[in-house]
Amino acid sequence: MSRMLLEVKDLFAGYAATEVLHGLSMKIEEGSITTLLGANGAGKTTTLRALCKMIKVRGQILFDGQAIEGKATEDIVRLGVAHVPDGRGTFGSLSTEENLQLGSYTRKDKHEVALDQEKMYSYFPRLKERRNQQAGTLSGGEQQMLAIARALMLRPRLLLLDEPSFGLAPLIVREIFDIMQTINQNDKVTILLVEQNAAMALDLAKYAYLLETGKLVLSGLSEDLKQDQAVRRSYLGH
Amino acid sequence: MSSHLLSSENSLPWIRIVLGLIVACILPFFISNYHVFQASMVLSYAIALVGMNILIGYSGQISLGHGAFMAIGAYTSAILMDKLNIPYWMTIPIAAFICLVVGFLFGLPALRLEGHYLALATFALAVALPQLLKFKYLEFLTGGVQGIVIMKPESPWESLFGLRLNSDRWLYFFTLAITLVMFVIGWNLIRGRVGRALIAIRDQPIAAASMGINTPMYKSLAFGVSAMFTGVAGALSAILVAFVAPDSFTVFLSITLLVGMVIGGVSALTGALYGAIFIQFIPNIADQISKAAPWAIYGTLLILFMYIMPTGIAGAIRLLGEKLRISRF
Amino acid sequence: METFIHQVVAGIATGGVYASLALALVMIYQSTHHINFAQGEIAMFATYMAWTLINAGVAYWLAFICTLLLSFSLGVLIQRIIIRPVENAPVLNIVVVFIGLLVILNSIAGWIFTYTIKAFPSPFPKEPPFGLYFISSHELGSICVTMVLLLLLYSFFKFTPLGLAMRAAAQNPDSSRLVGIRVGWMLALGWGLAAAIGSVAGMMIAPVVFLEPNMMSGILLYAFAAALVGGIDSPGGAVLGGFIVGILENILGAYVIGTELKLSVALVLIIVVLTIKPAGLFGKVIVSRV
Repeated sequence: MSRMLLEVKDLFAGYAATEVLHGLSMKIEEGSITTLLGANGAGKTTTLRALCKMIKVRGQILFDGQAIEGKATEDIVRLGVAHVPDGRGTFGSLSTEENLQLGSYTRKDKHEVALDQEKMYSYFPRLKERRNQQAGTLSGGEQQMLAIARALMLRPRLLLLDEPSFGLAPLIVREIFDIMQTINQNDKVTILLVEQNAAMALDLAKYAYLLETGKLVLSGLSEDLKQDQAVRRSYLGH
Repeated sequence: MSSHLLSSENSLPWIRIVLGLIVACILPFFISNYHVFQASMVLSYAIALVGMNILIGYSGQISLGHGAFMAIGAYTSAILMDKLNIPYWMTIPIAAFICLVVGFLFGLPALRLEGHYLALATFALAVALPQLLKFKYLEFLTGGVQGIVIMKPESPWESLFGLRLNSDRWLYFFTLAITLVMFVIGWNLIRGRVGRALIAIRDQPIAAASMGINTPMYKSLAFGVSAMFTGVAGALSAILVAFVAPDSFTVFLSITLLVGMVIGGVSALTGALYGAIFIQFIPNIADQISKAAPWAIYGTLLILFMYIMPTGIAGAIRLLGEKLRISRF
Repeated sequence: METFIHQVVAGIATGGVYASLALALVMIYQSTHHINFAQGEIAMFATYMAWTLINAGVAYWLAFICTLLLSFSLGVLIQRIIIRPVENAPVLNIVVVFIGLLVILNSIAGWIFTYTIKAFPSPFPKEPPFGLYFISSHELGSICVTMVLLLLLYSFFKFTPLGLAMRAAAQNPDSSRLVGIRVGWMLALGWGLAAAIGSVAGMMIAPVVFLEPNMMSGILLYAFAAALVGGIDSPGGAVLGGFIVGILENILGAYVIGTELKLSVALVLIIVVLTIKPAGLFGKVIVSRV
């Protein structure tokens, strides 16, 4: 059994007066791609936000064996967790290149950072064309690529992605999913992918979790979930 | 500093009011003339603070420039008395009317400004005003830098029920009467439709508008009414002090009113009284340490109150009273 | 004609001071959406610190640099200790805290240094530069100092990683956290810089208006007008606004309304901008979604 990069035990989280997650437990294997599925409002985005401590949580989160539930977002980032939030979170008034530079803000290895920037431009040639353009003027697909590239500039060990396919044309989505495959295999980045597009997510990921109203109802190999009747009916449309 | 409890404003603690009035009426005969003057000033400040409460507490619009309305009221009264020989008591309603109109007119463009921006516009008004009052082309009216000196009114009766009525005491009762009238007006406004509309606009502006409340009208009205209250206070203070000058109406006057409102508490009429007592007497006490001391105290208290007691003294008393079920006002 | 040129030049000189102060205001507004009503008093207090150093025998430019550092620290301390607790409080509470800060700084200055007017030295010679008739050495020097300051700031924000991080934190605090930026410290840094900029403005204007605790209130008003004219969330706009207001003030003061109503000009400018074009020349209009 491979080691677990991320372990979550009995996680409760929410906003102000409303609790959204009710005792979530999951394990993310190092080097794998795991997908978190569920309908709107199930709590998928809340889960990713909770892992980054963007909201208050109760419970235990272990990253590489270290408890992070008490840490601030900025410190968790420094441990190697990169989060591509829903809505992309690009810095609209800054240029594409400045967005990338911000991704490597916490890194001290200048030479490697420069190499990584070139690597990002090779993964996403369209970004290279628009390197000095204001990020807010990029198309939806390009902004998504920029958000992912920025996250990768951290050289993260764990990449959290919140609905990267949202609002994008199928061709672009295909491109993005291919990149995710590449970085997982070549750069050994562990990925936790939240997706509404269950079919594509289950094809890409090795493991899957299914979230319904703040509780996990199913987990296991994607292969198995793909065959599950309930999943097929509700999320795969057949 | 939000809202409160409309329900506790619904009934009057009659016993406390009557007792308070009795004390207020007996008071001037037991203290020195200077203290009587101070008590009158407290009452006039209280009227101004009711104006502030209506605008900031109920209508949720910030003003850092209410000193300007005090100036308008004061100068109106002074000019009417000095240049047109109008009796002092008649200047009060005139000043009230003028300030109501000016305040309403100022409220119209102010409608489009929220929060910080409105604070900025009113702050600018307060800072620019003294220079305007000193303007040489208006000197014929305002008396320029020297201001206007007024004749202090004499008491119309030598004595009341055998108690001697000098000028200070007479003016005290005059001020007390005006204060009562203004407080009654304020009370009715706050309790009535206007007050409820203002609270709705303050707390849920979009919902209020969609319920058919004419938001712009009410907000301008709030400005006008609060200017009226402050203007009356200004007119009274001009009569009491018997003098108006530009340097009495700097931005620091507006800040003093802000302090009084914060200390006294936002959503209450009694807060106005507590605040007025505070701003009248702290300078007297602290002045002995240093000229700058009262302001150091004001500044520190402003900040501390925002951390600890954002509802002011009246709010804290009400909260305490709720716990003890004593206070309902 | 020569007076006209001199008025314009003098306007540029004071405009540089307004531009600096307006920039300080915009820096804080951009990152926090608060208007720093105490900006003028911070600058005044810093100028008093400079005066104390100079009076103690410290050479002017050394005192200048020390004052920059001291005011930077003061700004950071104020943000961390006084402002941070009410960062997310209702607007009224925040405004009251700023006014409280204004009042405290003003009164402490009055307490320590008294209200008597003091002379503040200019580091520039008394003779006009190069024999030019339309500009004094102080005006020229002041323009140069503010230009250098603005250039340094521009370079800092545009070309350094820290400057980039500060811009990011001002725009989008959540995303900034996700790249590891300590947003809280970026705010403190912003305040420190704003205070330092304010101190330069104070030290450049003090020789002209003389040092006393209330010296900055009129100047702050002009800075507000400048920031609004340029656009309260546009640094470039604030700078341009500063020069516009400076020149306008002098021209109107000399030829139209006389020097006595200059503050009213600022007031009218503020109200006009706020009612007609609140975003100013270069700012963004904020649409509130219902």
